[in-house]
Amino acid sequence: MATILSFAAIFPLNTLGHYIHWHWFYISVANLIVIILMVVTFVSALLLPFPGRRRRKENQ
Amino acid sequence: MTKKAFRPDVDAPEWKGGHTPYDIIKEGTIAVLVIALLTLILAVVFGSPDETAITIKSWSNADPIDFATTALSELNGTSTSAAYGAPYNHNGTSQQIGPLQLAKWVGVRIPINAAQAFVIQPLKALPNEPTLDAGLAKYTSASSSTQTTWLNAYAKAATNMKFVKGQVVVSAPSAGPVPVMINDLTTMARSGALDQDLLNDNGFYTTDYTKPLLFLADGQYLGNLATEQHLGGDQWGMMNETGNYPGQSWLWLYTFWYQIPPFNNSGNGDALVWGVMMVLSVLLLLVPVIPGLRSVPRKLRIYRLIWREHYRDSGGTS
Amino acid sequence: MSNAEIDRQWTTRLRRKAAGKLPPEKLLPDTQPSYVASWIYVFGVATLASLGVVIFTGCILAIRGPQWWHGSQYGHFINSLHLWSVEIFFFTMVIHLWGKFAMAAWRGGRTLTWMTGVVTFLASIATAFTGYASQSNFDAQWITTQAKDGINATGAGAYFNVLNLGQMLMWHIVLLPIAAVVLTGLHVLLVRIKGVVPPFEDDVQPATQKVAVGE
Repeated sequence: MATILSFAAIFPLNTLGHYIHWHWFYISVANLIVIILMVVTFVSALLLPFPGRRRRKENQ
Repeated sequence: MTKKAFRPDVDAPEWKGGHTPYDIIKEGTIAVLVIALLTLILAVVFGSPDETAITIKSWSNADPIDFATTALSELNGTSTSAAYGAPYNHNGTSQQIGPLQLAKWVGVRIPINAAQAFVIQPLKALPNEPTLDAGLAKYTSASSSTQTTWLNAYAKAATNMKFVKGQVVVSAPSAGPVPVMINDLTTMARSGALDQDLLNDNGFYTTDYTKPLLFLADGQYLGNLATEQHLGGDQWGMMNETGNYPGQSWLWLYTFWYQIPPFNNSGNGDALVWGVMMVLSVLLLLVPVIPGLRSVPRKLRIYRLIWREHYRDSGGTS
Repeated sequence: MSNAEIDRQWTTRLRRKAAGKLPPEKLLPDTQPSYVASWIYVFGVATLASLGVVIFTGCILAIRGPQWWHGSQYGHFINSLHLWSVEIFFFTMVIHLWGKFAMAAWRGGRTLTWMTGVVTFLASIATAFTGYASQSNFDAQWITTQAKDGINATGAGAYFNVLNLGQMLMWHIVLLPIAAVVLTGLHVLLVRIKGVVPPFEDDVQPATQKVAVGE
């Protein structure tokens, strides 16, 4: 019977890493993506409207 | 009511406005479910790295000349471990920040005599080796100046070291028993016996890998593999992970200092970086009580975005 | 026993002090100030949730021991869950830190809340480090042989031997998680006691504004 559940990763990231090198600045693409995502998430959290505005106005 | 000056970066106005219903348990539950789902997706898609550990056996088989050269440096006291200083031995100058010599003051607590630990004692453990036993007896009973003469002769010739048919070949007739010792240690390493011997010094059960790890780190092999994976100190390696996986990006500031002078060319680089990071950590801890620093949020005005609804509804007042 | 005697008991005094500082309606509130209206506020609970997943997956790894994940596909999967939950934990915690700094969330007697947060952040870094040191693979070999130089330079390396797998593992699964959970608990209780910091007042008159809660 075929094994339905396999725990192997779909896109394992085991190949040699990709790096960006500029003068003495050196960062992996993976880390850069994480940091960019953090900044984007932070800015989005600041800018996106938060639901429940009508309820808050009613309770003022 | 006692009135005193309101300090906008220290004090907070009393909230007299409205409250809205808030389901804290529901919020926590949703958070756990969302985070668990996100974790599951990332794990299923990307997995995690697991580069197999190297052993002294795999090292000495992959690069026997590097191993033999490292063994020589352990014996003649020129390896990083041999000349480290505290906490391993008294042979080196420990790092310091100005007058602070913290490592030296704490002293030698994990004693490692490199020549004994990595070469002589393991070789003595080998049974049925009469030629080696005779060589070891000759070496250990010789004066230190004789030992130095042998070691220097071997080191000079070792620049032409070859590895032929499982033997370390160095033409150094005036090196005494050193060639036999280095060759036999290499053979011992290639068999796997040295890995075990370095561990069993602590008894049958041990989880302390200090000796084999120090020996591995003294060679070039471990560092070369790390450099291939962009884990080197001058590659911002502290932030990085093997393969294409994200690493420890939160260590960016810690590793940053190692890339610039004076940290990257100072013998006290590690101590200086730790000193800087401790000061910065204390500053972060004390932000609320540091005038100027605690005013930055008010001056940045990012809060206007966070509380824009409040400011819109109240006309900028409470 | 007289009432006066009961009143003097340590248990009675502690219970009354705790209940006074943190009555049930403050510990588990059902309302929040209406200025709490931004997505930035979810990163605290997201960090807590991540910590929960980190600990849960760590417990599963502990069931089968530190070598299990090298030889078992299921174990490797649990390790992947543990690694990614740690990445998410730091992701959300740092955004939470940015947001709290932007709000100057230490205002109004909340200095200790800020400080417990910073110490928890630093303790988390130490916990993650001992985790990386406990992987028993090439990454652990490299990380520990490099980190030892920094830690040795402080003098701490004489007692905190990063090359000792057993020691690192016990710090990682016993001592530091206890510290992280206790610190996180204190931090969260302080938030509940003090409440969420109110907005800056943009038209404040410093000389006449009365101080509600201050240093």
